[in-house]
This record gives sequence, structure tokens and C-alpha cells, in this order.
Amino acid sequence: MSAIKAENLTRRFGKFTAVDAISFEVEQGEVFGFLGANGAGKTTAIRMLTGLLMPSGGDAWVAGRSVRANPRAIKQVIGYMSQRFSLYEELRVEENLDFFAGAYNLDRETSRRRKEEILEQFGLEGVRRRFTRSLPLGWKQRLALGSALLHHPRILFLDEPTGGVDPLARRTFWDTIHDLAAGGATVFVTTHYMDEAEYCHRISIMNKGEIVALGSPLELKRQYGKDTIQEVFVQLIKSTG
Amino acid sequence: MRFNLLPIIRKEFIHIRRDPRSLAIVILLPIMQLLLFGFAIDMDVKNVPIGVLDYDRTPASRDLVRRFTGSDYFIQAAALQRRDQVEDLFKARQAKAVIVIPPDYAASLQRDPSTAVQILVDGSDSNTGAIILNAAQRLLTEASLERAGITDPPLQVAPAIWYNPEQESSHFIVPGLVAVLMMMICALLTSITITREKETGTLEQILTAPVHPSQLIIGKVLPYVGIAMVDAALVILVGIFGFGVPFVGSAALLAFFLLLYVVTSLSLGILISTVARTQQVSMMLAAMLTLLPSVILSGFVFPLASMPDVLQAVSRIIPARYFLVIIRGIMLKGNGFAVLWPQALFLVLLSVVLLAVSVKRFKTRLA
Amino acid sequence: MDGPLVQVSGLKKSYGSIPALRGADLEVRAGERYGLIGPDGAGKTTLLRILCGLVVSDGGEVRVLGHDPVTETHKIKDGIGYMPQRFSLYPDLTVAENLRFFADLYRVPAAQRESRTARLLEFSRLGPFRDRRAGALSGGMKQKLALSCTLVHTPQLLILDEPTTGVDPVSRGEFWDILDELKAEEGVTQLVTTPYMDEASRCDRVQLMYQGSSLAEGSPAEVAASFPGRLVRVYTADPYAAAGSLKRTGKFQSVQLFGDRIHVVVEPAQAAVPGVMAIVAQIRQILEQAAIPFTDLHEARPDLEDIFVQRIGEITND
Repeated sequence: MSAIKAENLTRRFGKFTAVDAISFEVEQGEVFGFLGANGAGKTTAIRMLTGLLMPSGGDAWVAGRSVRANPRAIKQVIGYMSQRFSLYEELRVEENLDFFAGAYNLDRETSRRRKEEILEQFGLEGVRRRFTRSLPLGWKQRLALGSALLHHPRILFLDEPTGGVDPLARRTFWDTIHDLAAGGATVFVTTHYMDEAEYCHRISIMNKGEIVALGSPLELKRQYGKDTIQEVFVQLIKSTG
Repeated sequence: MRFNLLPIIRKEFIHIRRDPRSLAIVILLPIMQLLLFGFAIDMDVKNVPIGVLDYDRTPASRDLVRRFTGSDYFIQAAALQRRDQVEDLFKARQAKAVIVIPPDYAASLQRDPSTAVQILVDGSDSNTGAIILNAAQRLLTEASLERAGITDPPLQVAPAIWYNPEQESSHFIVPGLVAVLMMMICALLTSITITREKETGTLEQILTAPVHPSQLIIGKVLPYVGIAMVDAALVILVGIFGFGVPFVGSAALLAFFLLLYVVTSLSLGILISTVARTQQVSMMLAAMLTLLPSVILSGFVFPLASMPDVLQAVSRIIPARYFLVIIRGIMLKGNGFAVLWPQALFLVLLSVVLLAVSVKRFKTRLA
Repeated sequence: MDGPLVQVSGLKKSYGSIPALRGADLEVRAGERYGLIGPDGAGKTTLLRILCGLVVSDGGEVRVLGHDPVTETHKIKDGIGYMPQRFSLYPDLTVAENLRFFADLYRVPAAQRESRTARLLEFSRLGPFRDRRAGALSGGMKQKLALSCTLVHTPQLLILDEPTTGVDPVSRGEFWDILDELKAEEGVTQLVTTPYMDEASRCDRVQLMYQGSSLAEGSPAEVAASFPGRLVRVYTADPYAAAGSLKRTGKFQSVQLFGDRIHVVVEPAQAAVPGVMAIVAQIRQILEQAAIPFTDLHEARPDLEDIFVQRIGEITND
């Protein structure tokens, strides 16, 4: 069974079709890069896949659960880290983790244990008492990812997790993503950094609501006769308007 | 730095235009509140339910009861048999007062015209209690004078209540409500204008432009003056036509004072906006700083003269206090500028202070 | 004006007990594009805000267009255009209304405003969207609008704080093309921060900041040339597996991923030609043994990202 499967997934807002019948599958343990121009419909697609937005047409299954029929059930098996930093700035680092543990209904012992695991895994032990507001962006992003992992989700949706993050912190972040995938988690990630696209097992490129390319970075570079995904991306976006 | 307000004003008008729903709320809210509260807050005593405990049961005692129930003030809610039923009646809130007529009432009247009748009043609402007692007293005095055959009592108070001869409380309440509601809505209007820019980050951009804080603050107050004036006019019209409040003075004069009051209220809002960090906090502050003080410390409900000196002093910085004198003065008494100018002066003074503090407190830096 | 447009020396600023700048230095010359790079929390945004008069420093010298940005704020405002990190235009105003508002705020005369607006709309290709509300623009268009608004009063000095964060690669390229045009045609001096090293290499000079002061400064080539040691670049279809097997040997000072490439750092001690050749051979052997396919393997010239990862990585690992 695929971790994520979309079939003609469509979303219209009035006359505007934000996502136009996209289909793809993501395997368990895969790092799937969901690329696209600004306004291509990526965020709308992610909202549908995470059960936040009802599709206008088609369907998608996340861990076998239909986003149409069972959007609530999806939330229990996924971790979601949004583009807009969604932690509580006025809480301390560990208070944020406590809060999200509570939100996921973890019992006291489990949440205490998971919190310590996350603090250690993400190198946040030294700043556990710091106010989230005062952390550098790269650290906040790590904390946000940590919060999305507290309930041990099998499928992770990361919407531009490294936007504005410096080159070194981005590498640390991607090491974590690959560790998670190696542990069996499926990672569905969007990014505007084309070097990061190369780190994905497979990528799709979206433009104007449609998926215009899908494959491994190597396949796509060969197919379009380019040296980098950056060049593939630019050509695809420019040629599809 | 030339002082140009126009760009700020024009931009505020676009914001207002782009958000018609909020504008509708701002216009309709005070009208709806006036309608709601205007009918609710009625201090006239009418149709107060009373219980009757008539031990005498004679034509004379029934005549006395009829005096009560035949008046506009009281209606009979229950006829009691025993004394111990009184408490149950009060507890069940079926009556606010009980007349107790003693067993020898008629007989005793024969001997002495000034026979005692007992009135039991539920004092848990002291205001209403006092008014009931007053009305009852008046009815009893009338009755005893008649009994004594005195149609022309030797000593008599000739009451003449001016400006509100029927003592309609709506005449008194509605202008006060106008003052309170306008204060609140104006403060709310401006309280979020600067905090919204803090929250969305646009302020960071504005601060690097050659804009003086006073320019920003005045530019943000002015567009709302127009809206608030229209709003106030509608509320006053509802007061006149919906509640029959008289308007004996000059409308132009009221408009002039209203303008001053609206500016003061908007200035309070803008001060809140410069201090608060988020829109939520601003809105809470605006509600807290306007509603209760304007109701309690303005002379709206409770006379200022009977307050402790400290509170009287505090009331001097409550804008509603001054506008209350103005609006009641113009609508009910037809006061002119000659009488009301000190109130206007205080409003101007308050506005200037509020705006000056806002400009001073406005942070042109982020940290 | 003659002389540098921005002069900063020994600048200090703390937020409570947390220092943001510890003696920062900066000099931006007229007509150049200067890039500030550094890890999150290096103090770049604080520095820019101090230059704009938005934040008051705790100590040190600051001159912007020859003036103190705190005591003479009003004298610098007309000369600078500042684009904050967060999109900070009015979402409920249209493209044209936003431009008009900023033009009026800076008292741009009507005739000049019309021609300037027309030019900026052409630059940014926002002409067809002039009546669209800013909130309904895509990320890339929003940033172009924000840039246009900061340019509407024709400033001498443009200060941009991470202008292309969250912008897709195509729009990002277009944004930087606009900056190039501005520099060539209007000679606008540009001071910019960016997390993208390809953008930083489009600057005349760059400074690598760390914890509130400078680690390196110069042209991108000069800064890259200060790389301690040399590096070998491997192109592979499976960068993670390749990097993993190279790291596991523990034989290399540093193994970094750069998309489909891997950069293996050769220590200064081994940097002579035979040392590099030996390392190349060693890598070839390791990858062949692990059966990881690679398309190319050769010594390469370090770029800004190498320097960044190397210098900052070194410090933060200690």
C-alpha cells in the first residue's frame, strides 16, 4: 500500500482551479519533493492531503484513509509542519513540546519521554528553558519539526520547512529528514531550494495546478537534458507559462 | 518634513471601503444597543406586582386596596391569608411589596383618621424599593386627607418637574446611552488601527518613510470622525423617533459638541493603539476603559455629587461626564453655548492631552 | 555624496541578556551591491534595522548617508529604501494603491509619480496586475511589489532583508534581474541579506557574519579563495548514500552535500597537488567498493557556500 496516493485530486475556488486533477503515489519511507512555482497550488494540495480542505474532485488516500471520506482519521497518522511557523512564541521551548504532546493526547509518561527524545535528537537541550521567540529561525524550524514528530507519525508533511534558513542549518535539517526516512517514515516536503530537491528520492514539479514533471532527480535531469534540477525547473515553469 | 496627512487619510478610507462588513457592524451596533438597552433600562415604576394581606376585609379596607391597584403604579399579584406567606411571595419574586391591613382597620378609622397600614417592601433592589415606598406613601397620604375631609390641605408641596414633566426615564437614559455608546465605538474604531499595522508588519515599512508620528496619528483619527458623526446622528435619531426623547435645543450646536466628543473618544482609542501590542489587547483595553467608567463615573446613572471626593476627581477625566451635560442640556433643556462652553473646553483639553500623549508614546523604533 | 554610504564600526546591540551584535563593522560604497551572509541569529536583521533608524544600538559608530540614523533619522529617510523581511504592504490595497500610498508618503510630485510608477510596473512586470489586491498576489509578485514600493521615491541606498525567502527559483531569478537593471541603469547602491549563496555571489562584496561580527569580507571570489585547503567534488545520483559511505571512513576532514554533488574537503596540510591526487584516488576507491555510481570526480574551486559551511560548521562544532 502506498503511503500517499492521489487520483485526479482537484480543488476549485469559484471559477479558479487551484489544483487540477493531479495524480501520484508516494511509497512508505520515501522522501518526496513537491516542487512548484509560487501560486502553483502546492499549499492547496497539501491542505487537501492533510484533511484540512475538502477536494472538489478526485480523491487521495493517506495511509489508506480517504481525505474525502475520512479527513479526521488522517490527522492521527500524520505530522504537519506548516510554512507559517506555528509554535507559540511566548512559550518556552519545552512548554511548546508539552503543549503539542497534550494536543496529541499523549499520556504523561509518554509525553515526558518523547519530549526528552526530541530535545536530544534536535540538539535543543541547551535551550529548553529559552523563550521560543528568542531562538534563531533555524532552531525554531527544528523545534517545529520536533513538535510535529511527538506522536510518532508515519507520514510527515513539511511545507517549506527551510524557507529563510541558512545553508548549514538547512543541511542539519535535511540530515534529520533522511534519518526519519531511513527509520521508515514517509516525508512529503516542499522547498524552493533546488539543491534540496536533489536530496529527494523523487520529485514532482507543479505549475498552474498541474503536475508537469514527476520522477527521480536523475531521471528528470536526463529527460530534459539538464545538469541540475534548478535548470529543469526553470525550463519547465517558463515553457508551461 | 512637510506635514502631509492626505496619504494616510486616503489609505484609511480604502481600508474602510474594502471591509464593508466591519463598517456595517460599526454603524449598526450602537443603534441595536440603544434599542436594546433603551428599553431595558427603565427606572419608572409601573405595574409593580404587589400582594395584599387584608385582615380586615371591610368595604373600607377594600377601598384602600383599590386605591393601590387602580393606580398605574401597582397591580395585585396575590391575595394573602397569613403573614407567613409574605416571605414565600418575595422569594418567588411574585411581588415586590405587600400591603398589610390590620384587622381593626375600619373600626380604628372611625376613631382616628390617621390609622397605620403596613407596607412590606422587598429591599433587595433598593432603587425600586425606594420608588415603590414613595408611590405608596403618596397614595396613603391622599387617602387619609380625603378621609379627614380635607380637600385643600393646609401645607402642600406643589411639584413642578421641568424638562421632563412626565418623568419619563427614557428622556434621561437615552441621551446618556448615546454618550456611552459613542465613546465605546469610537475608541474601538481607532484602537486597532495602529496595532493592526504592528501585527502585519506594515509599521516597520512606514517607520522608515519620512512620516512624523503626529502625521500618522492625526491621519488615522480624521477618517473615523466622519464615520462616527454619521453613526451618532443615526443613534440620536433613533432616540428621538424610537423613544420619543424631545429635542428642544439647537441641532447645529449639538453637532458641534458631538464633533469635539467624537474626537476625544477617537483620541483615547488611538492612545490605546500606540501602547498595545496586539489587536486583541487593544480591543479589550478599549472596552474596559470606556464602558464601565462612562456608565458609572459620568453621572449617567449615579449622581456625581454623592460620590466620594476621589471618585469625583476621577470623573473629571471621563469624557462622557462632559458630553452627558451637553447632550442632556441641549436635547432636554435647550441650553446654549453660553452655558455649555466649560464642558466643551474640557473636551478640547482632554483631546489635546490624549493626542499629545499618543504622539509622545508612539514608538518610532522597534526596540 | 562622496565616500561610503554606510559606515559602521564596533557596533553593539543586545536584546536583554542576548547579544545580537558584538562589534560589527560594515562599509558600503556608493554604487556597489553588498551582501550580508551568515547563520540565523548572526545579527544581520538587527544591523539593517539599526541602519534604518528602527533600532537604537548600544554602542559603536553608525553613519548612513553621512548621518546618524538615530539623531538625524529624518535626514536619511528620503535617501533610503528599506524592504523588511516580512511582506509588509497592505493586503487589502491594490498594487497601484500600494505604490500610490508610498509615493505620497515620500511626497513624490504627481508627474514624477506617474512616470516612476509606470517604470516600476514595467520593471516588475506587475502592469497587468495593477488593480489586483496585494494579498491576492503570488509570493514572487508580492516581493516584486514590495521592492517597487521601496523604490518609488528613487532612493540612493536600497536595503533589502532576505527579499527572496519563500520565492520560487524562477521568480527569484527575475527579482535579481531587476536588481541588476537598477544597479546598471540607476546606480542604486544595494545592501542585501540572503540565505541563498548563489544570490550572494551576485554581489560586488560580501561579508560573512557570525554572532554579531565579521568573519570574512571581500568580493565573493576573494572570500571563497580564503577557503582553508582545497576540495574535491563528486557528482552522484545517490548523494546521501555516497556521502554516508565517505563519512563513515572517517578519513576526510569534511564531507558536505551540495544537491547532487558532494564536496570533500582536503586539509591544508595535504593541499599540495600530490595530496589532492591521493584523496581523489581514495574517494574513487571507496565509492567503487560501495558500488555507488558517480558521474564525475575532480578537484573544484570552492564557492561561497563552501566557505559558509566550512567556517560556520567549524565554529559551531567546537
